[in-house]
Parts: sequence; structure tokens; C-alpha cells
Amino acid sequence: MTTIATAAPTTKAPGAISLGRRRVSIELKQFFRDRQSAVFNFLLPVLLMVIFGSVFGSQQLKPTEITFAQYFVAGMIASGVLYTSFQNLAIAIPLERDDGTLKRIQGTPMPKLAYFVGKIGLVFVAYVAQVTLLIIVGKLFYKLVLPSGAQWFTFLWASVLGLIACTLAGIAFSVVPKNGKGAPAIVSPIVLVLQFTSGVFFQYNQLPQWMQQFSALFPLKWLTQAMRSVFLPPEAAVFEVTGSFELGKCAAVLFAWAVGALILSLVFFRWNKRGQD
Amino acid sequence: MSTETTNPLVVPAPAGADLAVHVRGLHRFYGETRAVDGVDLDVVRGEVLALLGPNGAGKTTTTEILEGYRHRDSGDVSVLGHDPANATGAWRSRIGIVLQSAGDLGDLTVQESVAHFAGYYPSPRDVGEVIEAVGLAEKRTTRGSDLSGGQRRRLDVALGIVGRPELLFLDEPTTGFDPEARREFWDLIRMLQGEGTTIMLTTHYLEEAEVLADRVAVIARGRVIACDVPSRLGGRDESLATVVWREGDVEHRTQTHEPTREVTALAARLGGEIPGLAIHRPSLEDIYISLIGDDSEDAS
Repeated sequence: MTTIATAAPTTKAPGAISLGRRRVSIELKQFFRDRQSAVFNFLLPVLLMVIFGSVFGSQQLKPTEITFAQYFVAGMIASGVLYTSFQNLAIAIPLERDDGTLKRIQGTPMPKLAYFVGKIGLVFVAYVAQVTLLIIVGKLFYKLVLPSGAQWFTFLWASVLGLIACTLAGIAFSVVPKNGKGAPAIVSPIVLVLQFTSGVFFQYNQLPQWMQQFSALFPLKWLTQAMRSVFLPPEAAVFEVTGSFELGKCAAVLFAWAVGALILSLVFFRWNKRGQD
Repeated sequence: MSTETTNPLVVPAPAGADLAVHVRGLHRFYGETRAVDGVDLDVVRGEVLALLGPNGAGKTTTTEILEGYRHRDSGDVSVLGHDPANATGAWRSRIGIVLQSAGDLGDLTVQESVAHFAGYYPSPRDVGEVIEAVGLAEKRTTRGSDLSGGQRRRLDVALGIVGRPELLFLDEPTTGFDPEARREFWDLIRMLQGEGTTIMLTTHYLEEAEVLADRVAVIARGRVIACDVPSRLGGRDESLATVVWREGDVEHRTQTHEPTREVTALAARLGGEIPGLAIHRPSLEDIYISLIGDDSEDAS
């Protein structure tokens, strides 16, 4: 019988930062190897963009030269934030609570924060990869104009703030589905409805007023608006309800969502299945 | 608080023994259900303690309180000198946990999973040697979802021991193992014990408890109803022996405290060789079944 030697003995416990980095890499491996998560959270927006873009893309938003494809691409990039963060985590975390992932890591000395660092890292990498793909497809087929100057700055803060808000919302929402199996049936309709009502699939200023008011309560409407200011020329502001992209308000709403979702996560997040603590 | 002196079947750990686990008066209620109803339990450092009991008797709840997963309603609990209700990273790095069936890690290879978890510990074992020790060397590059049930259990065991724990919790570790794999696993447990690891083993296999355990504790109705070395559990060593033999076509059996005298008398009466002679002592399983009585049909 062999004995098991100890690898180079270190007396210091691994730090939260190095463990966070390890979590990011393991999360990425699992995300892209899992066909369901890769298709559902990562490729779906690209597919939707190709389909919608091909059907309605050439219609022009009179009196400007802007095509619906350009309007739509901005909305899909905003949706990409929601897919890679909120939808991804609100489905993956209940699944991990069910399949024993959370229980297993909870039984190790890994600091719990490292788990969330891993999730946040996953979300950011997945978003950057997805948005790159969306921009390339948009540029090649739908005359997407790349942002310039201050638009890049808006793109950056809107992406980061949107990712933070929707990541925290996804973590908070992960306590809602009763189990992992049922999570997609609860989470994806929410994402889909928000896309319809927030100006992704349809032009926002043509929606019924009650629908506009409903979607203004959620981050996607504001994120979509900010992304339109990034990917559409300034004259596109005429298609906004107020005639302006209202960037300050966009930032404020996203920030409020981030704070609210952080509080909800801190209060309600659970590691164990119901009745097992 | 302590009830151990009132039950002669619960033999306490040797006085002054160095204890890895010390539990007195543990209670946990779920609504009206008294899942754990006064458990007293000691695990001596370096020993293998097998925890037996029907489903629903409180084994899992008790173990998960010791592992720091569940909270308790009352009772004193010390695991490696710490209260698991206030688990710290330093404490966690000294214990290893092999939970019942899990379905995670399906997208990672054996090597990736073991290497990843090794990274959580201050002084992990060598990843390759752990994989070798649990018998997964040939499955190193296989993803979790492509492992058989028994191989998955081996991976669970690998992740439980990679941190070089002082105390290892094993919850039904050999479920799904074929007999050969089970024997290899027993060798692994003996090796870990040889290195000084304290092991708390929950199992449904009485044979496994008999082979591996220094002491056995039986839980039923939320409390420990018997605890002793396997050969003496429940008065096993003092219980009646059954002598079986044949006269003509008729099989005879008698129960006696003095099987030797019985057999000598038989030999004299039957004149030499006794046809079909066998002497049975109750197996650990017989003792266990008689101990848990009606609880054996409890659902989990």
C-alpha cells in the first residue's frame, strides 16, 4: 500500500484573492463546457440578433437613416448584460444548491466571498466575449456604427454598472426558485418579458404607456437606453420618450438597483436547500 | 443532561481519552419532529467510529451539525476543540467531509476537480497520489459526468481527503461500489487511520462497520441507543450461541451459554462425529436488528 505524501508543505492558508482567481477559472471552464449554459446564456442573444436583424433589420426609423437593426443591436447588447449576469446566476445558483456544489465548497476552508468573486469574474468574462461577438456580427451584417469618444465612456460605465446591478439581482433572485430544475421556467420568462417591454424587440416610444411605466421600474429599460446613446447617432434621441437619452437617470436607476440587490442578497442569500440548515 | 450512565448498552469512551468529537445532550427539532433527541457521543482521536441507524433516526442531522452545516437547538458540541456552529476556515481545513450523493463537478475532469479543491487547503496532499489512492488513476482526464456511480464516490472521497484532514466524516462512502472496490476502499481507510486520521463513518453495510470500526454507535429515535466495540455491541459476546446438528433427517437446534459443554455431550451421545454441526453467534447485523427493533422500517 502506498502512503500519500504531502505536497510542498505550506503553513499559510491560501488567500481570498488567489482563491477568487481559482474560482473564476473553474467557473469559466464549467460555464463554457456546459452546453446548456453556453447556448442559453451566451449564444442565444447572438442568434436572436441574427434572426430579428434579418427579418426587420432594413426597416428605417423615419425621419432618420437609422435602421431598426441598429436600434435592435443596441438593445441586444443591453440584453447581453441581463443574460450573462441575471439569467445566468439566477438559474445556475439554484442548480448548484441542488446538485451539492454549494454544500461541498461550504465544507472546505474556502472563504465564502471567493465563490462570489468567481461568479462575478465569470459574468464579466462572459459578457466581454458576448458583446465582442455581438459587435462583430452587428458590424458585419447590420451596419452597426462603433462608438466614438465619449460614447466609449458611456459604454464602459453602463456595462459595468449594469453588470453589477444585474449580477447582484441574480444572486438575490437565486433564492426564489424552489429548486434548480424549475429555475429556468421562472427566470427566462422574466428576461423575455423585460426584453419585449424595455425597447429591445420593439421600439420603446411606440409601446403603450402602461408598458413603458412598468418597464421603467427595471434596469433593462435604462440599460437599453444608455446603449442606444452609445451605438446610435445623436439624432436618435428623437425616438426617446423625453427626446433625450437621460444618461444621468440611467446611471441613478442602475445604481439604485445595485444597492437594493446587494441588500437583498446579504439578507436572503442561502447556501443550504430549504429545511437543511 | 447526560444520559449515558442510564443505558448499559452505551459504553463510554475510555476515561481521559483524547477526544476528537464530544457531544452531550444534542437536540434538534423540526417543528414537532424530534430529529435529534438527546445524542451523547464521543469519538476518540485516531479511531474509526461507525455510526449506524435506520433512515430517519437522526444520523444525518447529527453528522451535519458536527460538520457545521446545520444548527442545533440545544446541547454541547465540540469538534477538534471548536464549536462547529462557529466554523472558521482554519477549523475547516482540519476536517474532511464526504457527503452523500452529489451531482456536481460533471463538467470538470477528475484531475481538475482534485487539483482545484487541493488549492483550498494550507497543506494539501499530492494531487496525483490522492487520485491514485482512490483508484482513479486511469480516469484522471475523464469528466465527472462520464464516471460511473462508484467512480463518482471515489472522487468524493478524493476531495474529502485531499486537504489532509485530522478528522474525516464519511457518509455512506461505499454506496455503489462493487465488492472489489469496497475492499480497496477499506485498505484506503486503514491507511488513513494508520496516518492518525480520526474517522467518523456512517454506513448501511454492517460488514463494513465490523471490518473498519474500532467502535460502533447505533442511533435510533434521535438518540444513541448502543455504543461499544463491534464484538461486544449490545451484549453480543455474552449472548446465546446456537448449536445446530442433524439426527437422521431431522435438524435440531438449541440455544446455550455453554456451547462447548453442549457439543461435548452431543459427541458422547452420538458417538463421535456430529452430523451437520454448526455453532452460530449472533452477527453484528443480528444484534443491530434486535437493537433498532421496530425502527428498521422507518422511512427517511
